[in-house]
Amino acid sequence: MISIHNLVVNGKKATRDGFGVGLLEAGRINTNVLALTADLLGSLKMDDFKKEFPERFFQMGIAEANMMGVAAGMAIAGKIPFTGTFANFSTGRVYDQIRQSIAYSHKNVKICASHAGLTLGEDGATHQILEDIGMMRMLPGMTVVVPCDAHQTKMATMAIAEHYGPVYLRFGRPAWPVFTENIAFELGKAQVLNEGSDVTLIGTGHLVWHCIEAAKTLANQGITCDVINIHTIKPLDQTTILDSVSKTRCVVTAEEHQIYGGLGDLVAGLLARQLPTPQEYVAVNDSFGESGKPDELLAKYGLGAQDIVQAALKALTRKK
Amino acid sequence: MKKDIQALKSMASQVRRDIVRMVYYCQSGHPGGSLGCTDFFVAIYGEHLNYTLPFDMEGKGEDHFYLSNGHISPVWYSVLARSGFFPIEELTTFRKLNTRLQGHPTTHEGLPGVRVASGSLGQGLSVAIGVALAKRLNGDSGIVYALTGDGELDEGQNWEAIMSAAHHKIDNLIVTVDWNGQQIDGPTEKVMNLGDLPGKWAAFGWEVLILEEGNDMEKVVAGIALAKSKLHQGKPIVILMKTGMGHGVDFMMNSHKWHGVAPNEEQCKAALDQLEETLGDYPFNAHYKINQ
Repeated sequence: MISIHNLVVNGKKATRDGFGVGLLEAGRINTNVLALTADLLGSLKMDDFKKEFPERFFQMGIAEANMMGVAAGMAIAGKIPFTGTFANFSTGRVYDQIRQSIAYSHKNVKICASHAGLTLGEDGATHQILEDIGMMRMLPGMTVVVPCDAHQTKMATMAIAEHYGPVYLRFGRPAWPVFTENIAFELGKAQVLNEGSDVTLIGTGHLVWHCIEAAKTLANQGITCDVINIHTIKPLDQTTILDSVSKTRCVVTAEEHQIYGGLGDLVAGLLARQLPTPQEYVAVNDSFGESGKPDELLAKYGLGAQDIVQAALKALTRKK
Repeated sequence: MKKDIQALKSMASQVRRDIVRMVYYCQSGHPGGSLGCTDFFVAIYGEHLNYTLPFDMEGKGEDHFYLSNGHISPVWYSVLARSGFFPIEELTTFRKLNTRLQGHPTTHEGLPGVRVASGSLGQGLSVAIGVALAKRLNGDSGIVYALTGDGELDEGQNWEAIMSAAHHKIDNLIVTVDWNGQQIDGPTEKVMNLGDLPGKWAAFGWEVLILEEGNDMEKVVAGIALAKSKLHQGKPIVILMKTGMGHGVDFMMNSHKWHGVAPNEEQCKAALDQLEETLGDYPFNAHYKINQ
């Protein structure tokens, strides 16, 4: 059984590196896989794909709206286009293009978004999108995937190539612990990384690691946690969440996103409808980010492992 | 399906009747641009477009047509129906609940002939470019046609698309601009001046053709044929097609006022009196159901 005590950590790597590897592998497996970028080839780690498949790589310049439409067109002609740019320019900047040409038209486009959230770091709030999960999960028919480490990003990239339909894949910039190499990945199926009985910690993306660290700290205080990795935000694995929460009766959600519209609201909505439960949010509290180092920013905006510990203790006190 | 010019003209007259009746019966929709582009649509589907039925989304080896200014859906729906994509009787459902003929075209209800939703302006050229790139990659000789409005060129995404098509040397694409000089709030030169439109497209690296009489069937058919003769020469092709908004109905002609307004009963009758019924009007049936 997987637990926080036997997870194998294999150094640190950026989730975007996992995307680059996954894209290359997906391209080798399926000749219909194409890659497009809006002048961010290197940042998106698409270099190897371009080198191996130059005729299947398309440089679209700093013109994201056009890139999304072009991708929709390629999908009509049977291709599987992967667009690559920063998360801000993959969502907010092109929301209407995605809505009409991709989601409403149900095109098989993979919107791959790096540098999501605060951990983008020094570039600051203009680039640190914290609303993208909310925007994308509101679109009917959109699959939303937020892997937690480089290995999982590779697996997710390969999996979405085989899944028909529009997908938003969110990942990031900083080097981050790699700990899922021995854990099977299945799109839409949450991963239980630890089993406990007192509180359920539900994380997505980078903050899954902080959930693990928090669970270790809490274990030292005699508090045991279920730790759940929601790598697929939509469709949500409701069963895994409800099974855990019906056991622990309190929950903490953790995400590198606004408190509005993200994982926290998603879980709260599920629980409100099916199993009303005390819940604490670890998320950015209705504010923009700023320049700084990833770890400094996560600490300042209340997204550290210690913040999850505090949230869990508070959730425990609210438990009936 | 090649038709002689007279047959195309008679089809155009019937399509114009369809447009007026569709918009009249649901008391909403966009007759102005639809009437102005009727000759173009009839020329495309009746003379130039290489397509097969039943409709297939991917359309391998076929020509594709994309409508960026989706609000002129009445003309497209009429021409699609009269070209055999779906039953002519279905025109009676236009803009009604549960219809496949949504106010703006969409793939969502599975209407044959439509490959992407349009309505929010400025997106169609990008999609057409994507199809053209993929067809080139697939070794598919099909031509991609797209139609955009002139007012629609206010949208910045068009200029991203126009730049990218030249950059990628897309030469299996023919874009036509409905250059009627009108948009919702008035003449384009007053609302947002397009300036030297031919010069702009040329400066972006396109082969520019000007079609002065976009409501003369013979000229439209010839204009598209000329554009086809310039394919596969390393440049995207645009036809700047001058049309009259509302063409064919005297009181709707050349005015932005009929952009998105439905005629009342009297106006509908006055309009139909000016348009010969050539192929038979579709039967109006308020209770028509798909696959009935």
